[in-house]
Amino acid sequence: MSMVHPQPLRLARQYKLQWETTQNAYVLLYPEGLIKLTGSAGEILKRIDGKSSASDIINALEASYPGVDLKQDVIDFLEHAYNKGWITRD
Amino acid sequence: MTDSTHSAQPRPLWVNAEITYRCPLHCVFCYNPLNYASTFDKELSTEEWVRVLREARELGAVQLGLSGGEPLLRDDLEEIIAEASKMGYYTNLLTSGIGLTEKRIAAFKTNGLDQIQLSFQDSSKELNDFLSSTKTFDLKLKVAKLIKQYDYPMVLNVVLHRLNIDHIEQILQMAESMQADHVELANSQYYAWAFKNREYLMPSREQLERAEIICNQFRERLGNKMKLYFVVPDYYSDRPKACMNGWGSVFLNIAPDGMALPCHEARMLPGLEFPNVRDHDVRSIWFDSHAFNAYRGNSWMPEPCRSCDEKEKDFGGCRCQAFMLTGDAANTDPVCSKSPHHTLITDQVALAQRLNLREDEVKPLIVFRDDKNSRLLSPQQPSPGIV
Repeated sequence: MSMVHPQPLRLARQYKLQWETTQNAYVLLYPEGLIKLTGSAGEILKRIDGKSSASDIINALEASYPGVDLKQDVIDFLEHAYNKGWITRD
Repeated sequence: MTDSTHSAQPRPLWVNAEITYRCPLHCVFCYNPLNYASTFDKELSTEEWVRVLREARELGAVQLGLSGGEPLLRDDLEEIIAEASKMGYYTNLLTSGIGLTEKRIAAFKTNGLDQIQLSFQDSSKELNDFLSSTKTFDLKLKVAKLIKQYDYPMVLNVVLHRLNIDHIEQILQMAESMQADHVELANSQYYAWAFKNREYLMPSREQLERAEIICNQFRERLGNKMKLYFVVPDYYSDRPKACMNGWGSVFLNIAPDGMALPCHEARMLPGLEFPNVRDHDVRSIWFDSHAFNAYRGNSWMPEPCRSCDEKEKDFGGCRCQAFMLTGDAANTDPVCSKSPHHTLITDQVALAQRLNLREDEVKPLIVFRDDKNSRLLSPQQPSPGIV
């Protein structure tokens, strides 16, 4: 599916994202498990708030990291997250 | 102890809080210890549970299972959920559903409970009630509706075994009609009560193959709509399971009486004194106790594990299974075909291929998990009156 879409993205309802100090990382929690996220995965997922679309998230990240072309990497990761069932859209 | 001392060591990520061993059901495959009734007068208080959960959370634990017994029998469950949720745990309730009223589920939702896993014994009322020695099937169906109504994903757990595995199609139809999101069809593992009833519970290879085919048909038809997990008994494998992902690696079990254990079953192991959360904090239990270090890593391993190139993959299997079957918890799990005791597994599997076992090959009756049997099966305790 194409991620470049105006609809907002949100975490799937069984999933929770939180910062874990002891692991120095964002983790994604779900029934029966957890995923420790890499720095960039955490930066992307923490911007998923039920209001922002994929384009909004790309714009926000490009504003935070000026001069870096992030677009394709972000889209690839969001597609991965969508296919894994971590995120969804209404 | 400072954090830096333990920075490279494994930390508990998953806490299983067995808040009571009391249970209205009497399932023949229960994995609670045989002497569970000995914990009835020693259960941790609400305050003690909250303290223990906070200590584990400070170490980095983030997944919390609230289980038992039947956790709904604790009337402070609402409070424990609220506190755990505030601490940042992902909270899972593992329940038979007996006692889950609308008032309680509404409170759980408000207090932040993330997940409910409901167990069914079978798709038919008759077998469900027989296997759990109760009349609970209709009640469970009502609870399943409540879980949906409160917008929880429907996670259904059905323990499979010789007596119900041929009903797999009906079980999955029931799951589908309940709009289950996840269905865990795990074959019974042979510990505790299930070990007592092993000959009755172990399916034949033919039964397993048929069940898996039907499972795959449902998978193909329903895709992600209903996720199916099918777990075969480890006796049918030639490599052991990576039990608990290694001893003292990620999992911390707290029994109702406060005993801290590296798995649900470890209480049975002789020669290990498991620490109690009433006497020690979780940090010292996890890092410093003899019991949590006994089988941590791989320096304890004998052959054939010691020189095996798969030892980092399965950690030598399950210590409790090694003890139950070979008498020594440090032995290689006999499920492994490299184990010198592997025939203990293959003989049992061979027995399970026959449809009708002779009376002298099985114990005469299924042993129901109930308080009377628990007291009968407990090691004799000296009576406090005669010291």
